[in-house]
Amino acid sequence: MPAAVTEPLIRARNLTKSFGALTAVDGIDFDVAPGEAFGFLGPNGAGKTSTMRMIACISPRTDGELRVLDMDPHADGHRIRARLGVVPQQDTLDTELTVYENLLIYGRYFDMPYREIKPRADELLDFVQLLERRNDLVEPLSGGMKRRLTIARGLINEPDLLLLDEPTTGLDPQARHLVWDRLYRLKQRGVTLVLTTHYMDEAEQLCDRLVVMDKAKIVAEGSPRQLIERYATREVLELRFPVGVQETLDGQLDGLGERVEHLPDRVLVYARDGEAAAVAAHDRGLRPESVLVRRSSLEDVFLRLTGRSLIE
Amino acid sequence: MAVAGVRHLEHNLLVYRRTWRGSAFSTVLSPILFLSAMGVALGSFVPNMTAFGGVPYIVFLAPGLLAAQALQTATLESSWPLLAGFRWLKTFEATIATPQSPRDIVLGHLYWQFVRVGIVTGVFLIVMVVFGAVTSPTALLAWPAAILTGVAFGMPLAAFTATQKTENSFPVIFRFVVTPMFLFSGTFFPISQLPDVIEPIAWLTPLFHGVALTRGLALGHGVDPLALAIHAAVLVGLTVVGTVLAFVTFRRRLVV
Repeated sequence: MPAAVTEPLIRARNLTKSFGALTAVDGIDFDVAPGEAFGFLGPNGAGKTSTMRMIACISPRTDGELRVLDMDPHADGHRIRARLGVVPQQDTLDTELTVYENLLIYGRYFDMPYREIKPRADELLDFVQLLERRNDLVEPLSGGMKRRLTIARGLINEPDLLLLDEPTTGLDPQARHLVWDRLYRLKQRGVTLVLTTHYMDEAEQLCDRLVVMDKAKIVAEGSPRQLIERYATREVLELRFPVGVQETLDGQLDGLGERVEHLPDRVLVYARDGEAAAVAAHDRGLRPESVLVRRSSLEDVFLRLTGRSLIE
Repeated sequence: MAVAGVRHLEHNLLVYRRTWRGSAFSTVLSPILFLSAMGVALGSFVPNMTAFGGVPYIVFLAPGLLAAQALQTATLESSWPLLAGFRWLKTFEATIATPQSPRDIVLGHLYWQFVRVGIVTGVFLIVMVVFGAVTSPTALLAWPAAILTGVAFGMPLAAFTATQKTENSFPVIFRFVVTPMFLFSGTFFPISQLPDVIEPIAWLTPLFHGVALTRGLALGHGVDPLALAIHAAVLVGLTVVGTVLAFVTFRRRLVV
């Protein structure tokens, strides 16, 4: 039996957003399939948030085509929004209300009856591990707790599509891992996730597929694995030299790997076999202060694509 | 589908259920202070004059204060709390990510003004009765008149607030718009006492029409029904214009 052809949940062609003379999103194309975890990876100002706001139907596109849940945001914004969950970059919680009341009123915005909201809210608070804070005011909650509450709020209407704008920015590592774990569980349940991030590890953890954005355009697309294969090598050799030495190397590293990248504080040698490259460097008489062989990551992909590191 | 704006009203009522204690004290205290100082103490020096409708000064003054209190309450509700929704908490951004629209927020705010100003003026009216400042059963009609006065200023102000990046303009509005209106729109004395050059300016303020309508209904005698109808029409007009302007400015602020 042939596989069922599934319509994409989001389809964008030549999608463009301008603010006066500034082009925030410059003619991008992408599709998001049902059940997929799709990411926009890029530095601040790359156009990720503008794209998310257009998908969320709270920002009209300037040009191009956009379909969300097979509807046009221009004509059916309010019907689309009824089926979306949105987790904005800033938590936008109502700090004068309790944890539970934040979910309650949000459910009301979706015209849900109280008898439906109440069990749903408690189930969600349990899911994001906030049930014991149910009747506390929002204000004293930690950043990670507020983030989890915002995610629970975005799920109150059982959305077909959850949009997350930098879900773990500003969280400490422990809080971040808890958020990742919850998002991973949602993905397992078949919720379609679209997220933006400027963290490589986040994109690798969560995304089935992603696009790399830079300066309002998409510069690459693929799964994390594919992108690493295409734009980096299997391994990376990181060499740190004593202060002042790196500037005098001048060609001595050529040919150690497929590509050599000079960063302000270290040199990256892209090689299939990092250990072999390290031995070769030693044989050439190079004496770095530290030598590290690691797997390449999306950070390396971004560096390759844009010539800049992701977080400057 | 609920009636447009009802969900945002629900939101404000939910918040009010948590915060009403903070404002309850001043809601009761404010009319007591004003009526005892200006109505009873100062009023005892003021003879019954035809300029004051031939009634004791407190009876003349109280409906003016009632309308002014409504306007101040609406001003407070349409300034800082709205900017918090736009800028500090950004809760309006969360609201419009749902099926709710900027228009729903405007209408919800309109309904909320009726509720909030209604509570404050209702308490005020009860204090007036206690002070013996109410002489006619028609004073009950002064209640909706006072509420309308507040909303007629609150909605245009809400439209303005949506255009503001910071709160810097709010103290200016209080100092140079609300306070002069309070002093010179007929609250304490008839505007016929003002210099002839100033008098037409008073005509342009919502509080002048609000005080005239509220006082006319509170006194319940010797007033021209046509004049009352005109005052009411001006206030309704300001409310409608303010609401329509707010539809535009709220959308421009939130949908970018």
